[in-house]
Amino acid sequence: MKTKFEDIMVKSEKEWESMQCGEKPVILVGTATCGRSAGSLETLEALRSEADKSGIDCTIIEVGCIGLCYAEPLVTIAKPGNPAVCYGGIDAEKAKELVEKYIIGNDPVPEYALGTIGQGKIADIEKIQDTSVFKPQIRRVLKKCGSIDPANVEHYIANGGYSGLKRALEMTSEEIIDNIKISGLRGRGGAGFPTWRKWQFCHDAEGDQKYLICNADEGDPGAFMNRSLLEGDPHALLEGMVIAGRAIGADTGYIYCRAEYPLALERLDLAIKQAKDLGFLGDNIMETGFTFHIKVKEGAGAFVCGEETALIASIEGERGMPRPRPPFPAVSGLWGKPTIINNVETLASVALVMQQGAQWFSQVGSEASKGTKTFALVGKVKRTGLVEVPMGITLREMIYDIGGGILNDREFKAVQTGGPSGGCIPAEKLDTPVDYDSLNAAGTIMGSGGMVVMDADNCMVDVARYFLEFTQKESCGECVPCRLGTKQMLDILNDITQGRGKPDDIDLLEEIGYAVKRTSLCGLGQTAPNPVLSTLRYFRNEYEAHINKKECPSLVCRDLISYKIDTDKCTGCRLCFKACPADAIIGEKKEPHIVDQEKCIKCGMCFEKCPPKFNAVVCIPGQLKDGE
Amino acid sequence: MEKVKLTIDGLEISADKDKTILQAALENDIYIPHLCYHPDLEKVAVCRVCMVDVAGRGLTISCRAPVEEGLVVKTDSEELKKVRKVPVQLLFANHKTDCITCGKNDDCELQRIAKYLGLEADELNRLRFAEMDDPIDDSNPFFDRDPNKCVYCGICIRTCSELQNINAIDFSNRGYSTRVSTFGGGPIVESRCESCGECVVRCPVGALLPKTTEQPAREVKSVCTYCGVGCGILLGVRGHKIVSVRGDGENIVNRGSLCVKGRYGFGFINSPERLTKPLIRKNGELVEAEWDEALDFAAEKLKSCKSDEVAVFASAKCTNEDNYVIQKFSRAVLGTNSVDHCARL
Repeated sequence: MKTKFEDIMVKSEKEWESMQCGEKPVILVGTATCGRSAGSLETLEALRSEADKSGIDCTIIEVGCIGLCYAEPLVTIAKPGNPAVCYGGIDAEKAKELVEKYIIGNDPVPEYALGTIGQGKIADIEKIQDTSVFKPQIRRVLKKCGSIDPANVEHYIANGGYSGLKRALEMTSEEIIDNIKISGLRGRGGAGFPTWRKWQFCHDAEGDQKYLICNADEGDPGAFMNRSLLEGDPHALLEGMVIAGRAIGADTGYIYCRAEYPLALERLDLAIKQAKDLGFLGDNIMETGFTFHIKVKEGAGAFVCGEETALIASIEGERGMPRPRPPFPAVSGLWGKPTIINNVETLASVALVMQQGAQWFSQVGSEASKGTKTFALVGKVKRTGLVEVPMGITLREMIYDIGGGILNDREFKAVQTGGPSGGCIPAEKLDTPVDYDSLNAAGTIMGSGGMVVMDADNCMVDVARYFLEFTQKESCGECVPCRLGTKQMLDILNDITQGRGKPDDIDLLEEIGYAVKRTSLCGLGQTAPNPVLSTLRYFRNEYEAHINKKECPSLVCRDLISYKIDTDKCTGCRLCFKACPADAIIGEKKEPHIVDQEKCIKCGMCFEKCPPKFNAVVCIPGQLKDGE
Repeated sequence: MEKVKLTIDGLEISADKDKTILQAALENDIYIPHLCYHPDLEKVAVCRVCMVDVAGRGLTISCRAPVEEGLVVKTDSEELKKVRKVPVQLLFANHKTDCITCGKNDDCELQRIAKYLGLEADELNRLRFAEMDDPIDDSNPFFDRDPNKCVYCGICIRTCSELQNINAIDFSNRGYSTRVSTFGGGPIVESRCESCGECVVRCPVGALLPKTTEQPAREVKSVCTYCGVGCGILLGVRGHKIVSVRGDGENIVNRGSLCVKGRYGFGFINSPERLTKPLIRKNGELVEAEWDEALDFAAEKLKSCKSDEVAVFASAKCTNEDNYVIQKFSRAVLGTNSVDHCARL
């Protein structure tokens, strides 16, 4: 006799296949937040109205993000009998053109295409898997993002979804934990603690009430891995959570998601409802007697609430402030009960481990870091986006192959990983493998997956100052070293970038940074000095130039640069004179001009306005005095 | 209580099993610098100054780490030297340092820690000092709050909530802008604060100071005369003048705690307006009289009243025995049950 789950599976597969192998063209539009901000809703609207107008019978589906942020809005068109074609940069106009040329006509418009997906070939279009952006990637956690309709649970089930839960429910807690142990999964939230060991603590802790919390309070500037996953494949998280709840003996789970993710919250709410309706969530899950409920708690946007104990305090309705450990949450967490907190990606990986097996999971990755990791690759790379790579891939491969190299082919300077808690890695370390331990050794952390690439135009002192300004603002103020230490370091960095740096400041930053790391109460303070310490380690010369020579070599820090007019090149066209908001340009018409350094506010308008054929205005490091 | 043995700075000590390293050290006269720890309150471990080096564990916050058999603890080490001074230096860079004129001078935990750790001017001068110009809240008649001296240890807040259950103050804002505030941030006199002053006596620095900080020449043990609780107090005197009152920590009735009257209401003692003789109203005016005259007058009046025409109101400032006699006198002699007492604080 078939079980209820098998019935659901058969039905889902039928639905999926009828879409995949049906007679109608299928159009997928990426309408996750990244797509929407690039205008994908207009694209969607255009596709719909155009299809209506032409009377073509096609299926248009909203999907999540496939990670090619640089090429949004993304549209994928699959015509029966052909591989799907993924198109980038499709605004409403181009959408109409695609309908006309490829849906109605037979021209696949290769100039807009990024690649084909699936079996078969289309002339002049590469297979997307063979493109340099996808080749080094192994997409597992993000596999379904962008290919399934996140609002349709049947799509998830037809692609293996909830089979992991089915399998887990046939196991004991110990067996599940054992599977996770074999898989080698480590926490994807940043610290890389072995997931099974954390679960074991909670499983062994005494208490009849235990809780599971999913940390979806993704707060690192420039990081959006969790958001994309929640928007593109919300059921993956729910499945992972029920499995985790089963393993640790919890009957209630909380998803702590930031309120700034409205679409993710909407998709989560819908997914929770669907899972409940199908009996994958709630009481008596899959008729096994196991009960697990999920509640969504919206966070109000404090970075520190990503810290486990502060997050717990926030759910309890208290100020989002960390609590000293021990006791650890696994022993005494939410409402004083044993609690496990896992990151979104960790829990989605748990679902994969149970669906595909622990061995399968650990096939990729490095010795101590198994599986894949998602990254938000941003900054000065040609192809920004959400990528998923096997652990152990080098930074060089990520930046130059997947990312396509540095924007405008400028020189690479540094890559920042781990957000405000991480550090910067210089060019000579580009062959560092991306895994927990190698990144730690290089002075940074894996973090939750933010990866910001910087080129010669980035001033490393200013970068450190930027991150410290962030952590200083986000410090909850509870413990002395973090509250006052981050402020003191920020004051010093402000002084350095504004020309008031003192020779002793480098040592002072190192001393305070070290003490703040060693003495702060929670992870925020313990890692806040990292951006400063790592840039001091690799880019000390930039600090020295700022302090000793009062120069910003990267021409970023306004107080440490000067604008100058090359009198040999200046023709006195007066464009700069007219543009200057500070009346700092002196000179008669048709005569070479000069910059009044006293008045100059370093806005750079003269530099921008000077026609390229003259190129008379130059920006140089250092503080010019009048007459220089 | 079961005892455990541990070693601190080479000294073997024994401590109750439920103590923390800091408590065990303090009980054995081993000083570990600390700011946010207070024996009466929850341990929050926010000042990070009480770090010690525990063999096999490294740097450990001693106020929350329980003692264990065989622990080897150092209150000073190379690593501690490197990190422990920094939070204290930072506190000084964010503190109004008018020490010599501060009411807390010589009794200040921050001063004590600075001295103990050997803070040097050269070290402090490298730092960026914050401008300390927050307004002082002097609205309360008995004490002032100076945020420019606050170290945000939270002792006042925990006192108000854990000991007094008043919750008049809490942390507001966050990060570097954190302040100790009343609800809505108004002056403390407009809050639900009852002016008990329990926070003031626990404040480790000069952020909460009584309005008068006259130091007594000596202290005399006494009992508060305000109500029937009978709190133990220590009256600070200069000659015959009472200049301060504090709770007697050894008294089992109040264990050092006092209310607003007991702590701050001693101004009447030396007040020139205080009554020193009985008054009798004559022709609508109160006129000083001798005790004999006053007692005779009262006795005459009482004799002339019927029992249902008289009520007796006794004072909490009398002893229990006096009050007993008064009610006995009322019922047995005056024949009235209308007896009351002011002991409602």
